[in-house]
Amino acid sequence: MATTYRTCPVSGLQFEDQAEKLMRWNAVAGVLWLLVGGITALLVILTRWPAIKLLPADQFYLILTAHGIDMLILWILFFEMAVLYFASSTLLRCRLATPKIAWLGFWLMVVGGITTNIAIFQGESSVMFTSYVPMQAAPHFYLGIILVAVGALLGTAVFFGTLVVARKDKTYQGSLPLVTFGALTAAIIATFTILAGAGILIPTFLWSVGLIKEIDAQLYRMVWWGLGHSSQQINVAAHVSVWYLTAAVIFGAKPLSEKVSRFAFLLYILFLQLASAHHLLSDPGMSAEWKVLNTSYFMYFAVMASMIHGFTVPGAIEAAQRRKGYTNGLFEWLRKAPWGNPVFSGMFISLVSFGFLGGISGVVLGTEQINMLMHNTFYVPGHFHTTVVTGTTLAFMSITYLLVPVLFRREMILPKLCQIQPYLFGISMSVLGLVMMGAGTLGVSRRHWDMAFSGAPFQYEWPGAAYLMMGLTGIFGVIAVVGGGLWILLVVGSLLFGKKLDGGKVSSQPTPIPPSTQAASAVAHGSDHVGVPGTVVLALLLFVSFVLYYFVNWKYLSEVWLLS
Amino acid sequence: MSAILPPSDRLWWKQPIDKVEWAWIAIAFVWGMIMFAMMIYWHVFGKQNLSNETYRTTPELFAAKAEKFIAENTIRTETDQNIPVVKVPAGGDGYLIARLWSWYPILELEKGQTYRIHLSSLDYQHGFSLQPVNINIQVLPGYEHVVKMTPTKAGTYAIVCNEYCGIGHSSMLGRIYVKGNQ
Ligand code: HEM
Ligand SMILES: [Cu+2]
Ligand SMILES: [Cu+2]
Repeated sequence: MATTYRTCPVSGLQFEDQAEKLMRWNAVAGVLWLLVGGITALLVILTRWPAIKLLPADQFYLILTAHGIDMLILWILFFEMAVLYFASSTLLRCRLATPKIAWLGFWLMVVGGITTNIAIFQGESSVMFTSYVPMQAAPHFYLGIILVAVGALLGTAVFFGTLVVARKDKTYQGSLPLVTFGALTAAIIATFTILAGAGILIPTFLWSVGLIKEIDAQLYRMVWWGLGHSSQQINVAAHVSVWYLTAAVIFGAKPLSEKVSRFAFLLYILFLQLASAHHLLSDPGMSAEWKVLNTSYFMYFAVMASMIHGFTVPGAIEAAQRRKGYTNGLFEWLRKAPWGNPVFSGMFISLVSFGFLGGISGVVLGTEQINMLMHNTFYVPGHFHTTVVTGTTLAFMSITYLLVPVLFRREMILPKLCQIQPYLFGISMSVLGLVMMGAGTLGVSRRHWDMAFSGAPFQYEWPGAAYLMMGLTGIFGVIAVVGGGLWILLVVGSLLFGKKLDGGKVSSQPTPIPPSTQAASAVAHGSDHVGVPGTVVLALLLFVSFVLYYFVNWKYLSEVWLLS
Repeated sequence: MSAILPPSDRLWWKQPIDKVEWAWIAIAFVWGMIMFAMMIYWHVFGKQNLSNETYRTTPELFAAKAEKFIAENTIRTETDQNIPVVKVPAGGDGYLIARLWSWYPILELEKGQTYRIHLSSLDYQHGFSLQPVNINIQVLPGYEHVVKMTPTKAGTYAIVCNEYCGIGHSSMLGRIYVKGNQ
C-alpha cells in the first residue's frame, strides 16, 4: 500500500502517514475521556469531602462508576494504543501493518466506550468498574466493555504485525530498541489480559440477558482480577517504557545494562499474570496457601522487576549527565537536570511518586495478613492513585509535551503554565494519595457515600483524624483536578491555537535506522563506564522506607483482635 | 546507543553487569524472599490470620441456621426495629447475616473468649469492616466463612459495610458488643 514517511525536523523521528494519524486520533480520544473522567473526579471528590457532600447517593455511585471506567479503562487504553504505534512504527521507522484493522480497532473502542457510558448515565448500571456479581448492570454496559477489549486486541495485533514488517523490511539491525521491547512486554501481557477478560465478561453479558442463570461470586472475582490486575501491569510496562523514552530523548541516556533492563521487563510477563491473587486476600473462597504462594513468591519477582527499573532509569540519567560533566558531589546531575522542561519534570515526579508511594503501599497492601487492615478501605484508591495516576497518567501527560510538537506539529502554548503543570498535578496527586491512604488506615471505606451513616439504626463516629484526612482529600483532590484540567487546556489549546511547526521532509520510502558503527559499540563496551552513586543513595533511601513501613504495618496488625 | 535505538552492541547480552546493579538485584531478591517468609512466619507464630474454613452454602440454608441461632440465644432487642441482641456462647458459634442493607443480628461477645463467627451474604457482595479495630473481610453470597475471633478489648464496635452494595450501602451499619469479664 502506498504511504509516505515524514521526518520530523525537531526530533529526527520518522512518522509513517497512517501510523501518525492513528496515534493522533487515539491520543485525542484518550484526552477526551480524561476530560470526562476529570469532571467525574471533581464530582466524586466534592461528594467525599464531608464538608461539602455535593451529590445525592444514587448520583454519586453513578458518577463513581463512570470515573472508574472512563479513567482506568478508556483514557489509559486509548493513550496506550498511541504508545504502541509509536514504539513500533515510529521507533522502528517502518510502515504500520494493516492500518485498516488498526482503524477498525479504534472505532470499536470508540463505540464500545460510548455504549458503556450510555449504560452508566442511563442510571441502571451503577455497579462500579469491577461490576461484581450478583449485582447486575444493563447488558450494554458489559457489551461496551467487550467491544473496547476487542478493539484493543486488534490494536495489539497490529503492533505485533508491525514488528514483523520492520524485521522483514530490514528497517533496523540487531535487537529491538529497549523502549520497543518494553512496549512488546506490555502488548504480550495485554493479549493474555484481554483473553482473561473475555473469559469473564462474555459470560457476565450472557447472564445479564438471561442466557446464563448464575455466576459464582468468588469465581467471578478470581477471573475478573485476572483481567483487572494484569491490566495494571500493562500500564506499568507502558509507563516504564515511557520513562526510558524520556530519559533517552532528553538526556540521550542509554540503559545501564540492556541485559538487566530487558530481563526486568521479561519478569513482568513471567510473573504478573499470577498476582491477581492479591485482590482476593481477604476473600473467603481461597485457601491461605494459595494466597501466600500467588502473592508472594510470584509477585515479588514482579516487585523485583519494578525495583530494577526504579534503579536503572535514574541510573541511566545519572550516567548520561555525568558523561556531560555534571560530576560534582552526589547530586549535581540531578540539580542540573532540566527541571523547567515538563517532559522531564513530569517523568521524574512520576518515577519518584510511583516508587516511593505507589510501589511501597502496593506491596504492603498485597501482603496476605496485612491486607485485612486495608481491604476495601480508602487506602486502596489512595494506593492506586499513586500508581495509575502519578505513575502512568503523569508519565503519559509529560510525554505529551514532547508529542505535541513532533506528532501534531504545534508549539505548546503558554510555556510558563506548561512548566508548572507537572508540579501542580504530580505533587497534589501524590499528597492526595497519601491522605487517602491515611484515611484508609483509620478505617474509612472506599465507594461510600456517607461517613455519618444516615438512615442506619446505629451511630458510629469516625475518629476526628479521619475527618481531617477526608477534608485534606477534598482540598488536594480539587487541586489535582485543576492540575489535570490545566493539562487538558494546554494540550487542546496547543492543538487548536499553537504555532504551526514545519512538518519536515516527506518521502515515499522509509529511511532505515543507520547501523551503529563498530567504533561506537567498542565505546559502549565498558570503556565509558561511569558510576552512579547518587542513584545508589536514592535507591537505598527507597529501600529503607520500604522496610520500615512494611514492619510498621505488621506492628499495627499485631494490635488488633486475634483472628484464626 | 540509547533506549530508542537498537542496542549499539549487537552482543548486548554478553556485556557484563555492573557490580552496583548486581548488588541492587540481590537486595531486591533477598527482600522479596524475606517478605515471603514473613507471611509464613505469621501463619505459624502470628495471632492474626484469616481463617481458611469456608463452606458452600445458599442464602436459604444460611438464613435458616442463623435464625435458629438467634432464636436460641437472644437476650434482648434494641432500637425501634427490635433488632435482637444475641449472646454468642463462649467458645461457640455465632452467625452474622449480611443483607441489603443490614448486618443482622447484633452480637454480644466477651473479651478474651474465642468465637467462631459465621459470615455470609443473602444477596450481593458485602464487606465486613469492624471499626474502630479496622479488620476487613469480604463477604460473599454462597460462601459461609467461619472466622475465629478473639476480642481483646471491651466496648461497642461498629460493622461498616465496605463493599459497595447499592443505594443503601452507606446506611448498612451493624453492631457488636464486647463485655469485659468481671
Ligand atoms: C484528577 C484527579 C482525580 C481525583 C481528584 C480522583 C479522585 C478519586 C477518588 C476520591 C476516588 C475514590 C472514591 C471512593 O472510593 O469513594 C477515586 C476512585 C477512582 N479513581 Fe480517581 N481521581 C482522579 C483521577 C483519576 C485518574 C487519572 C484515574 C485513572 C487513570 C483514576 C482512577 C480511579 C479509579 C479506577 C477509581 C476507583 C473507582 C471505584 O472504586 O470503582 N482517577 N478517584
Ligand atoms: Cu453491604
Ligand atoms: Cu455495602
